[in-house]
Amino acid sequence: MDTTKKKRRIALGCEGSANKLGIGIIAHDPVTNEPTVLSNVRHTFVSPPGTGFLPKDTAQHHRAFFVRVAKQALANAGVRPSELDCICYTRGPGMGAPLTSVAVAARTLALLWGKELVGVNHCVGHIEMGRAITGAANPVVLYVSGGNTQVIAYAEQRYRIFGEALDIAVGNCLDRFARTLEISNDPAPGYNIEQLAKKGGRVLLDLPYAVKGMDCSFSGILTRADELAAVMKAGGRGPDGETFTQADLCFSLQETVFAMLVEITERAMAHVGSNQVLIVGGVGCNERLQEMMGAMAAERGGSVYATDERFCIDNGIMIAHAGLLAYETGFKTLLEESTCTQRFRTDEVFVKWRK
Amino acid sequence: MATHAPPVEFALPQVLTYPASTPPFLVAQGAEGRLYKTTHITSSRPCALKYRPSKSYRHPILDARLTKARIQAEAKVLDRCCREGVPVPAVYALDAGGGWLMMEWVDGVPVRQGINVWLGERPEDDAVPDAEVADETPLVDLMNRIGEAVGALHRTGVIHGDLTTSNMMLRPWAGGQSNGVSGEDGEKKKAVGGDVILIDFGLATQSVADEDRAVDLYVLERAFASTHPRAERLFTHVLEAYKQAYKKAPSVIHKLEDVRMRGRKKSMLG
Ligand SMILES: Nc1ncnc2c1ncn2[C@@H]1O[C@H](COP(=O)(O)OP(=O)(O)O)[C@@H](O)[C@H]1O
Ligand SMILES: [Mg+2]
Repeated sequence: MDTTKKKRRIALGCEGSANKLGIGIIAHDPVTNEPTVLSNVRHTFVSPPGTGFLPKDTAQHHRAFFVRVAKQALANAGVRPSELDCICYTRGPGMGAPLTSVAVAARTLALLWGKELVGVNHCVGHIEMGRAITGAANPVVLYVSGGNTQVIAYAEQRYRIFGEALDIAVGNCLDRFARTLEISNDPAPGYNIEQLAKKGGRVLLDLPYAVKGMDCSFSGILTRADELAAVMKAGGRGPDGETFTQADLCFSLQETVFAMLVEITERAMAHVGSNQVLIVGGVGCNERLQEMMGAMAAERGGSVYATDERFCIDNGIMIAHAGLLAYETGFKTLLEESTCTQRFRTDEVFVKWRK
Repeated sequence: MATHAPPVEFALPQVLTYPASTPPFLVAQGAEGRLYKTTHITSSRPCALKYRPSKSYRHPILDARLTKARIQAEAKVLDRCCREGVPVPAVYALDAGGGWLMMEWVDGVPVRQGINVWLGERPEDDAVPDAEVADETPLVDLMNRIGEAVGALHRTGVIHGDLTTSNMMLRPWAGGQSNGVSGEDGEKKKAVGGDVILIDFGLATQSVADEDRAVDLYVLERAFASTHPRAERLFTHVLEAYKQAYKKAPSVIHKLEDVRMRGRKKSMLG
């Protein structure tokens, strides 16, 4: 048969919108369109405890590691540059300097190897990769990371944003609290909060719960948590005279912010009439969040879909996959238009590859 | 969709387990609560019983605190709105600890459903030529009534907290208003007719800050755009009618600009 001779399509994706530099290679089957991950390499810029990652240092990190990570991705995949169909890169949203340094590198590869470029929306990358890995066909998506908190559902060729954080992102709230406590950023501040929270739970400290419809806000909670941390460091007690530890603070913070996230997701599910939920983004690795979401979905007769750190945390493979989906519909980004943008809304992307 | 009744397999709140002449009927499993239709005092007086079962995913202390606070807030605000002439169902009874609130039954369907009937099943193309849309007056009128209802609400110092087209009902006008028009057009016209009644005040607060009112509008604006993308451009009529209905609207709309910018900026930075 002729179809067996049809070549699989292969894309290389470059991601660097925050402190992870990721390069991945994906193949789409010519007949079934089934995606296969050929390689997925990541190198993370970790800043010292008590500090966040700054754009300048992060961009420097990405420039320093790009060639190494790219070579590794090609080697792991066993793919020669000539076999690639296109080079995909993150157009945004994200931090300007790191985005730009990776875009420059992606352009260089495209020129070097004579390939088309495909600019990808980071959030759409997360969603498409989550759908591909979990098989969730048309879920409500909770996208939670250091820079984003969104409740999304697909309708009429766009990923529509139903709810979002009105101020800081949930991941940012957790990261900043980790800084307050001066705990390690390795492998990720949120991960270390999760581990500490597992040791807490004797008390639930009262933190402001701020849900407005399908939106929510986290800055008031962070302020209160920071205040309580200061009280703790000074050897003080909680509002009800209770003693509490770092672990209790992390526990209370997680219980409160995750309850908010599950609530706004549930509201969106009721609103659009869906009982599937997909969690993507770095905070989506959190097992407590997955557990809470699972309990909610089960009560609605549905289920939760989540991926592990390989796909949840920023990576190049999701950019390769979403980029290839767009490329297959005829989309490409001309060299002279291959810019980056710090702000790039999920609902700006015309999702031509879905019905 | 949330409108057809899911199979009744949930445990009933205790109040609905007592013998009654009208068996409770599960109307909707909403975002948080379950809504039952039953009767109050006499068997000819229908009522809505909203039950907030405890959520197993939440920490029990947080869960109890939220459930109780929301039932109380909802009752308090409904009561206030009723007295001030805002179109909402009247409260009949409540048990905050038990997690339920009993209120006036509102006939009709959620506004979301009415709008969707009006918009119908058109090809899912982003570029529907506007000329094809014949006469939009009935839908625009509905937008105006929504703006009026929200204006009346804000006038009384109440913030809804969850304004969506699912949280407004369309109570049909007596006799219907599609006289003379028959067939599909009449049906569509009827679908967006009726009084707008605001429901679901579980997240309501009382506030006179423009900021809070602006966030209320922002929540509605975004819910509207994502739920009815094809009618998004008509949302301006909601804001227009809001301005007519509420004296202090201009400063709220001004704040709304800030809220829009903030939402768009902050949530998008890496
Ligand atoms: N007073 C009422 N009369 C008739 N139907 C109602 C009434 N209140 C709510 N409903 C119906 O029940 C659904 C869910 O109620 P709602 O108060 O919005 O609860 P939730 O907080 O769960 O969303 C509404 O969308 C509406 O269809
Ligand atoms: Mg509701």
